[in-house]
Amino acid sequence: MKTVATRRVALTGNEAVALAWKQIRPHVVAAYPITPATQIVERFSQYVADGEVDTEFIPVESEHSALSACVGAAAAGARVLTATASQGLALMHEILYVASGLRLPIVMNVGTRALSAPINIHGDHSDVMGSRDAGWVQMFARTVQEAYDRTILAVRVAERARLPVMVCLDGFTLTHSLEPVEVYPDEAVQAFLGEGPRDGSSLLGEEPITVGPLALPDSYMEFRRALAEAHARALRILEEETEAFHVHFGRDLPALLEPFGMEDAEESVVILGAYADVVEEAVRRWRERGRRLGMVRLVVFRPFPAEELRRVLARTSEVVVLERADTLSGLGGPLAVEVRAALYDLAERPRLTDAIFGLGGRELRDAELDAFLEAGPRGRVVYLGLKEAGDVPEPA
Amino acid sequence: MSLNLRELSQRTQGLAPGHRACAGCGFPPVVRLLLAVAERPVVVVNATGCMEVVTTIYPYSAWPVPYLHNAFENAAATASGVEAAIKALRRRGQLDTDFKVVAIGGDGGTYDIGLQSLSGALERGHDLLYICYNNEAYMNTGIQRSSATPQGARTTTSPVGTAQRGKPQPRKDLTEIVVAHGIPYAAQASVSHWADLGRKLQKALRISGPTFVNVLTPCPPGWDYPPEKTVEVARLAVESRYWPLYEVEGGRYRITYVPREPVPVRAFLEVQGRFRHLLQDEAAVADLQRWVDANWERLRARKAKDH
Repeated sequence: MKTVATRRVALTGNEAVALAWKQIRPHVVAAYPITPATQIVERFSQYVADGEVDTEFIPVESEHSALSACVGAAAAGARVLTATASQGLALMHEILYVASGLRLPIVMNVGTRALSAPINIHGDHSDVMGSRDAGWVQMFARTVQEAYDRTILAVRVAERARLPVMVCLDGFTLTHSLEPVEVYPDEAVQAFLGEGPRDGSSLLGEEPITVGPLALPDSYMEFRRALAEAHARALRILEEETEAFHVHFGRDLPALLEPFGMEDAEESVVILGAYADVVEEAVRRWRERGRRLGMVRLVVFRPFPAEELRRVLARTSEVVVLERADTLSGLGGPLAVEVRAALYDLAERPRLTDAIFGLGGRELRDAELDAFLEAGPRGRVVYLGLKEAGDVPEPA
Repeated sequence: MSLNLRELSQRTQGLAPGHRACAGCGFPPVVRLLLAVAERPVVVVNATGCMEVVTTIYPYSAWPVPYLHNAFENAAATASGVEAAIKALRRRGQLDTDFKVVAIGGDGGTYDIGLQSLSGALERGHDLLYICYNNEAYMNTGIQRSSATPQGARTTTSPVGTAQRGKPQPRKDLTEIVVAHGIPYAAQASVSHWADLGRKLQKALRISGPTFVNVLTPCPPGWDYPPEKTVEVARLAVESRYWPLYEVEGGRYRITYVPREPVPVRAFLEVQGRFRHLLQDEAAVADLQRWVDANWERLRARKAKDH
């Protein structure tokens, strides 16, 4: 195991991502500022202005154009990065499908945030969940360190899987938190990533090719099926590249999911993103009181690691999903719907409770979480931390 | 610079035969001329529209050059990305060929849904040529009005009825909107005047920075005339001053073709079906003529200010 010399610095999530971008040395960055991801682009444009990186930076006039320019640059064989959040991700929605359909290895950082209306600039997962079916790999960071590591890792995953990848940071909770980060030397990052994805078969290769043709009913389904197969392969690629990252940098990241206390757990909490820290503390507290509680933090939401999740949850009788988005279907949030679907094939299914929390940046307090865990699972959908606490409210 | 048609025809592979454009379609000659006058390799970025639909039906492609289609409203933004990639790849020694980026969109993808993306790319100053092939409506979706559709024209969303007779509003002057960005070169051209069009495309390709050519490309089904009359219809648009041929280079206006004896706009209206309902309405025809004359005078005044 090689361990590169690291340097310990205090960085916010956004600063750590911008530093990763500089070290990745992309050919092209196209971006439009949006809270809470703005500082990624601000910091990176300072690197460009200072001549610290020779990237073509395109300060576009909208998020739609940001991703459109990324598609153009990636099709031309360039290594391409962008960042966005919330309404910006929603504005990119159409082109998210083009990027994955054309199998372009674009890497995007998302500072996850609520969607309007009412307008709210604070964190939840509504924006990225709205993109869950767009064909992008979606990774969620738990810490600033992970946001930094996963941004670098994502480039290798995207280029090998030939899929676009989102690296999500909980808006404000990670984007604006200052944490100590072990930073690798530029050369180590560049050695890990190599020259870039350009090869002779790109748009500007030896033979002129047509990219983005019209597919009629005689061929469209095969393209979509091929994309689904690419996603199925991406789970293995994620595992292999995470191991390669470990070997190269000496940092052992969880590839698909991260269990805590699951060895003997009878009850488990499933969570995505930065609030895993809060939940892990609660799990510790409850275990000290003798309750056999565990936690599974999902690292990837797309592709969904159903098999791995089934394996780790199979022994528990109660599953509590804690999540920061809703499907408004009455069936709970997107994470619970997927976890429930993954568990359906088990002979003995655990009972599942979905607790939706933290919408629009509302903090999840230890006391609220404890009270919820104390009351025991209910096998239904609840909103945690509502001012009038309770179950799904009846329509007025 | 003089262009020889025979010579040009030998210099290009053009669009491969077998594409699905309608007989008499106005845009294939524009593409053939573009590829003939280009002195360095081009990469084409195409907006969704007739051209994309008829030339790239998988697994076939009529394009002999690198070609990219992204979506409807973002040809200019996509082209910005391609241009930036070329710069970055060349700087790092990963690309030898110095491609010129050409974005092409119809009037829908340019005047309307793509206007923001076009404006952004022009303002940022990317080295690319944007060609609008302008057939004055959304043609491949079934002839709906666009902001390039002229006043009075019948389309499926500006129909002729008892309360409204064709499109109520005059067309948007996109060329002037583009000129207002202060780009190095912008022009209006027509498929009927191939040498003028060829010279403008060649000039636009040679100039570094954003350049724009708005080409009138009549559409037989959309405008309702027989397919063999495309060039004739386009010529009447120019001869009647309905579609003036001019260029703006470094802010200086030049009318590149002045009809010696301009024909009345009625002659242009009569050769197509989309204005048929107007021809009995003398007042409406006179309105259109006044609009044409006023436009021409405004253009002449701009030109005069330069000299």
